[in-house]
Amino acid sequence: MSNQGKVDCGRRRLIVATAAVGGVGAVGALVPFVSSLLPSERAKAAGAPVEVDIGKLAEGQMMTVEWRGKPVWIINRTKDMLATLPKLDDKVADPKSEVASQQPAYAANPTRSVKENLLVVIGICTHLGCSPSSKFKAGAEEGMTADWLGGFLCPCHGSTFDFAGRVFKAKPAPTNLEIPPHVYLTDPRILIGEDKKGA
Amino acid sequence: MAGGIYEKYKSDGSLAGNVLEWVDARFPATSMWKGHLSEYYAPKNFNFWYFFGSLALLVLVIQIVTGIFLVMHYKPDAALNAAGVPVAFASVEYIMRDVPGGWIIRYMHSTGASAFFIVVYLHMFRGLIYGSYRKPRELTWLFGVGIFLVLMGEAFFGYLLPWGQMSYWGAQVIVNLFGAIPVIGNDLSIIIRGDFIVGDATLNRFFSFHVIAFPLVLIGLVAAHILALHETGSNNPDGIDIKEKKDEHGIPLDGIPFHPYYTVKDIVGVVVFLMVFSAVMFFAPEGGGYFLETPNFYPADPLKTPPHIAPVWYFTPYYSILRAMVWNFFGLDAKFWGVVAMGASVVVFAFLPWLDRSPVRSIRYRGPITKAMVTLFVICFFILGYLGTLSPSPMGELVSQICMVFYFAFFLGMPWWSRMDKFKPVPERVTMK
Repeated sequence: MSNQGKVDCGRRRLIVATAAVGGVGAVGALVPFVSSLLPSERAKAAGAPVEVDIGKLAEGQMMTVEWRGKPVWIINRTKDMLATLPKLDDKVADPKSEVASQQPAYAANPTRSVKENLLVVIGICTHLGCSPSSKFKAGAEEGMTADWLGGFLCPCHGSTFDFAGRVFKAKPAPTNLEIPPHVYLTDPRILIGEDKKGA
Repeated sequence: MAGGIYEKYKSDGSLAGNVLEWVDARFPATSMWKGHLSEYYAPKNFNFWYFFGSLALLVLVIQIVTGIFLVMHYKPDAALNAAGVPVAFASVEYIMRDVPGGWIIRYMHSTGASAFFIVVYLHMFRGLIYGSYRKPRELTWLFGVGIFLVLMGEAFFGYLLPWGQMSYWGAQVIVNLFGAIPVIGNDLSIIIRGDFIVGDATLNRFFSFHVIAFPLVLIGLVAAHILALHETGSNNPDGIDIKEKKDEHGIPLDGIPFHPYYTVKDIVGVVVFLMVFSAVMFFAPEGGGYFLETPNFYPADPLKTPPHIAPVWYFTPYYSILRAMVWNFFGLDAKFWGVVAMGASVVVFAFLPWLDRSPVRSIRYRGPITKAMVTLFVICFFILGYLGTLSPSPMGELVSQICMVFYFAFFLGMPWWSRMDKFKPVPERVTMK
């Protein structure tokens, strides 16, 4: 059965053509499997905005609510906390909130907020997605360095953030914490996940 | 070696003999038995370090058997039950408390995971010091690196299943690593999670990977690893080729049949191993917080990262390398390079057969440079592993950066330092030290 001598090139081309067509079919068969790995319709639908009552949030306090499965922090910053921000402008990586993906345009200001005292921010480190811990006390009291002015420390890889969620330079996190779209409704209420008063 | 070269079994007329003859005419029973066991000639000078291959196989069996029984009671479901506890977490508690014998099976499986890595690391170290990866065993080594990679994936997927705090945040971090890849990263991490966050979809697919996909690949790679090994024959502590000196029957003079000699020797290893394994399983199943981490006894909370998070001990050297990378290069930020460095620190093992240029295989006949480099490498590996269990600190960062640089220098500098080193003449025949 050895085919010494000449190879029938016509047959060989047919084999190649058949294999190529079969290969296309095999690749096509991958489509349903790969697409099944994508988020399902149910997962995509689960992104409804969250309404929060911040009436009881006293000065210097922080609350956490869940939006799209992520923690969103609302912090009622004191005057002292806000006073730390300008001092840190040269120590943080993006002092003027120039990375557009990290906040809506209305929060690209020195306090990264709509109302000066109220910071609404997604509490997920932009490095690898851990939720930073609050280290509000200045100095070494909470295990930070002596020149610490207060802010957040990510327990996973040590990124630090100030009271506006701005990341310090030379830390693993590449950008500031993300400010979610949000809007203030009638006074003590706030809607997270939408800019305008949706229906 | 198996297949074709052994004579088919001839019955002695007994019933068992007739059955075996019938089978052997239709299936390579005799040739597989002889080729891989009773007439597979292994060097006679195997020492302590040669226990770990068979022990790895034993742990694989333990993991598969205990895994089969765990799946009978475990539920991969992130939804909260009536008591407000995630179903997956509750089902593990159920196994621990209510399933008869459940706790012992679960502890066998969790202790087995750590034991697997201990045994595999020692097995890899054996290959490193005796040059087992060198020609002609490159493929055996490459299959081994494949096994190591799959094992890491298997361990990572498995660690999510109890759906505790460490499961959840560990998975969050590792999946987000893929997000650091430019352009495709974000979509890739969404495909891995199956959602925009680590959630029920993630838990279910990790379960599927952990119990079906990866074990299948693992078993295939183990088979390939052993077949490739038996094709070339085993290396030995002297790093010399026993096939060069054969007797008149073509049997290596320094070879002994794997069965019964090494099967019996390995049983001694198995007994000692099971003593240690049982001691851990019964008296310290949490391994001092290293085998089962304390935060994992709390159900996953997507809103709160535990104050101190660290991977399980067997990942900490690579995790340290990830954290040590804080420099931006070529306009890409440190996050991406951290991932690259971590990936490279594992994959670099695959290049060993081509990085090592020493004229001899075994460390026994190499000079002081090799001994110093290997010692420093092991020290660095332990330091990186230790630092990876700690919270980040400036001192730890600096030390891990130094160790990371040495880690890569060990591999990437090997073509030079392995050639520069002095070496002693190797003996003709194996020695029995």
